[in-house]
Amino acid sequence: MLDNKVYPDERLALARFLPLLLVSVLLSWCPSVHALEIIDDRGVRVVLAQPPQRIVSVLPSLSETVCALGQCARLVGVDRYSNFPAQVRSLPKVGGGLDPNVEAIVALRPDLVLLAASSPAAARLESLGLKVVALEPKRHADAQRVMLQLGQLLGVPDAAKLWAVIEAEVDAAVRLVPAAARSKRIYFEVNSGPYAASTESFIGETLARLGVANIVPGEMGPFPRINPEFVVRADPDLIMVGDSNFAGMQQRPGWAHMQAIAQGRVCVFPPDVSDVMVRPGPRMGEAARAMAGCLGKHLR
Amino acid sequence: MNAVALVQRRRRQQARVVIACLVSGSVLLLLLGIAIGSTGLENLWAAGDDAVSLQIIRDIRAPRAIGAWLAGALLGLAGAIAQGLFRNPLADPYLLGSASGASFGVGVALVLMGSTPYATDWLARLGLTTAAFVGAVAAVLLTLLLARGVQHTLRLLLAGVVVGVVLGALGSLVMMMQPEVMLSMQSFMLGSTGFIGWAACGLMAVAWCACAAPALALSRVLDGLSLGEATATSLGLPLPRMRAALVAALALATGAAVAQTGLIAFVGLAAPHLVRSLIRGTHRMFLFAASLMGGVLLLAADTLARWLIAPQELPVGVLTAVLGGGYLLWLMNQRGEPRRGT
Repeated sequence: MLDNKVYPDERLALARFLPLLLVSVLLSWCPSVHALEIIDDRGVRVVLAQPPQRIVSVLPSLSETVCALGQCARLVGVDRYSNFPAQVRSLPKVGGGLDPNVEAIVALRPDLVLLAASSPAAARLESLGLKVVALEPKRHADAQRVMLQLGQLLGVPDAAKLWAVIEAEVDAAVRLVPAAARSKRIYFEVNSGPYAASTESFIGETLARLGVANIVPGEMGPFPRINPEFVVRADPDLIMVGDSNFAGMQQRPGWAHMQAIAQGRVCVFPPDVSDVMVRPGPRMGEAARAMAGCLGKHLR
Repeated sequence: MNAVALVQRRRRQQARVVIACLVSGSVLLLLLGIAIGSTGLENLWAAGDDAVSLQIIRDIRAPRAIGAWLAGALLGLAGAIAQGLFRNPLADPYLLGSASGASFGVGVALVLMGSTPYATDWLARLGLTTAAFVGAVAAVLLTLLLARGVQHTLRLLLAGVVVGVVLGALGSLVMMMQPEVMLSMQSFMLGSTGFIGWAACGLMAVAWCACAAPALALSRVLDGLSLGEATATSLGLPLPRMRAALVAALALATGAAVAQTGLIAFVGLAAPHLVRSLIRGTHRMFLFAASLMGGVLLLAADTLARWLIAPQELPVGVLTAVLGGGYLLWLMNQRGEPRRGT
């Protein structure tokens, strides 16, 4: 609204100026309008009118990425497994990635919902008029792409820089690995199925960067369920396993005689470190450092 | 003669009372379902002037409550048809292999979605719902094929068991080969009413009409069958054709419910038994009441599921088992020995 006290000629000047102003404002918006278009991991094209301010994330690695981009304050809700950084613990929990509470999400009035491509809730949330972006990083390259895409969506220019930091952290971790550990054979168990991390997984990629060999080949898929006998036969030099999966490992038939177990070369990661290990997000550098620490401790 | 007429009239009255109770119970639960959710009652008061509250009531709670009722009604109807058709009190809607078929279908769809980028586009559009429906119906067709038609009850039952076990094993195999889909499949197997929208409600309502109409029209066959197959044939009923129609209704009802809500346990088994413990009479009344009972049971479980640990939710399948099983046990103890089927 124009102020009534404005003189007629001034008003005229303003009236001439206004379209110009509008055009210039529109022009300055244009790049950002283009920047807010994204093809997500379902192959769906999502267009956002402006950078989202109220985000619900139902995948821990995406919550972490949003926060790593310095935009933790824009998160208004997370899933029950998101626990890092500490700020997200006080946010409303909207269920899990596979059983999110649709109503709780809608009630938070988000302008963007981030979830895994495998989440069954995407279609339902979209039908309720919410903007949904499904991103599911599985490899290092995916994690990088997701970070850049989220940076673009959130209007954060430093996403590439942040990725460079992670890369540098991984490189630093590589330098921590003692020469004696090079090309030693590792078995990384993600779950006591037993499910292993093969060379095709982001965990396997980190191990490869650290210069060690993986006993589980990539042809078996990223996280294959393997026959326990396979591990016994491969007889790895070192085992990496989460705290909750370690219980009973020695009692598995034949496992006690494996050199890694007999000589105590098993790294058992506590739950918080396990979380870091299994999330392809901004803490991959930290994960690499923990793995390097394990290698340095046991394979000197 | 007079006494028989009197008993029949009393039974009819009893049935009417039970059906009236179930209908009013459904309405009451629907209202409750609309009032209860993660964010509580304040949405109701705010719905007039707040767009999000209105959306929560109109587009989330209402379709969810109605959808849960419809899914329960479909399962109750399917269970009643199955128990009547097979004259077996342990028969349930999943008897002909549809549950394993549906989860196998979902597993295959998940794997294809995850691995082949080109399939994603059309598969995503078709969705897991269609995969589950196709899987469920295909499993029943396979059962019919293996049993060489619907003539032999025992052959049909055994073929159903075999198809169920084999497809179940194949589903587990899919899960084992692609562990990424395991969590998704498990959540499907537990069943959920959380993602039901108006479109799903519409589909289930159409399915209910399409199944209830032939089932109620053919309820005479079930009455006849309850006296034994020979008697039914001697009554001049064209048994094979009518049986085929009932099996089709059973498959469609189960497939429609499973596709929208996953494998919800126990409703289809418990609802007919609950009704049987309350009323006795013709199958027409029985099928209708069992369907209502299924709706009430699942809607009650769904309402509790979102209320007990709000804003999070319990798996609704857990509650259907506890609620239905508990009520059934209580009824059994109330009446001493459970009655034989009608």
